[in-house]
Amino acid sequence: MTVTLGWYMVLAAVLFSMGAGGVLIRRNALVMFMSVELMLNSVNLTFIAAGNELGLVEGQVAALFIMVVAAAEVTIGLAILVAVFRRRATANVDVLSELKG
Amino acid sequence: MIEVIVFVVFALVALAGAVVMITAKNPVYSAMGLLATMFAMAIFYVMLDAHFVAAVQIIVYAGAVMTLFLFVIMMIGVDKQEDTAETIPFQRGITFVVALGLAVVIILAGRQAWVTGSGMFGTPDLVGTIETVADSLFGNWTLAFLSTVFLLTIAAVGTVALALFGPTAVRDVDGEEGT
Repeated sequence: MTVTLGWYMVLAAVLFSMGAGGVLIRRNALVMFMSVELMLNSVNLTFIAAGNELGLVEGQVAALFIMVVAAAEVTIGLAILVAVFRRRATANVDVLSELKG
Repeated sequence: MIEVIVFVVFALVALAGAVVMITAKNPVYSAMGLLATMFAMAIFYVMLDAHFVAAVQIIVYAGAVMTLFLFVIMMIGVDKQEDTAETIPFQRGITFVVALGLAVVIILAGRQAWVTGSGMFGTPDLVGTIETVADSLFGNWTLAFLSTVFLLTIAAVGTVALALFGPTAVRDVDGEEGT
């Protein structure tokens, strides 16, 4: 018995679904960001597993680009979160539902 | 055989980390769960011969991004427990069903062909060293690489702008004392 591509894909699909569930279920904006990170990571795993299966380095390059985009997203997202926190003193997205200052 | 054992063990670590991340009330525990998942991912990358990406995963994700997360958690207040009462009826149950359905749909749809293409058409046993990744990154994908440079610059400038020109006053919300 060897570890085939399907094992990685199933694991990535389960992790992606858990990340999506985390975004839906949590109300702390920080934990929602972490769930998005989990989804991006599971997609990275599929890219690298597929690249390994096909013998192409492009899978790893795509994973690197996703990492860069995730880093930029975290930077901006956390900056917005800190700006919101300075105004409203909360990270609960239910409180931030008014869309006005 | 040892590959299977390593895979199963670290798959369980990754799944346990994800469960902890979603269910923990304290955001610090959530961050630790995500950290465990990140490390398990790095192990998988090594198993898939993506050594450079595994190193980047550890340095960038487990190092920089998680430190940033923990910094913001500590800044926002580590002792604030999240209110776990459901404001929308059956939110947990519906979310569980939706996430489970999403996983089932992805797996069933992808089972037919995980990878498109006619089998192996690249290098048979490719090892993702710095050299092979850099050859591709600075060869075929230079334009995309330079775009990410712009993306990161814009993100950094945007962060500074948000920090400089953002609001300064803290108002009380729901009886909580602003600091």
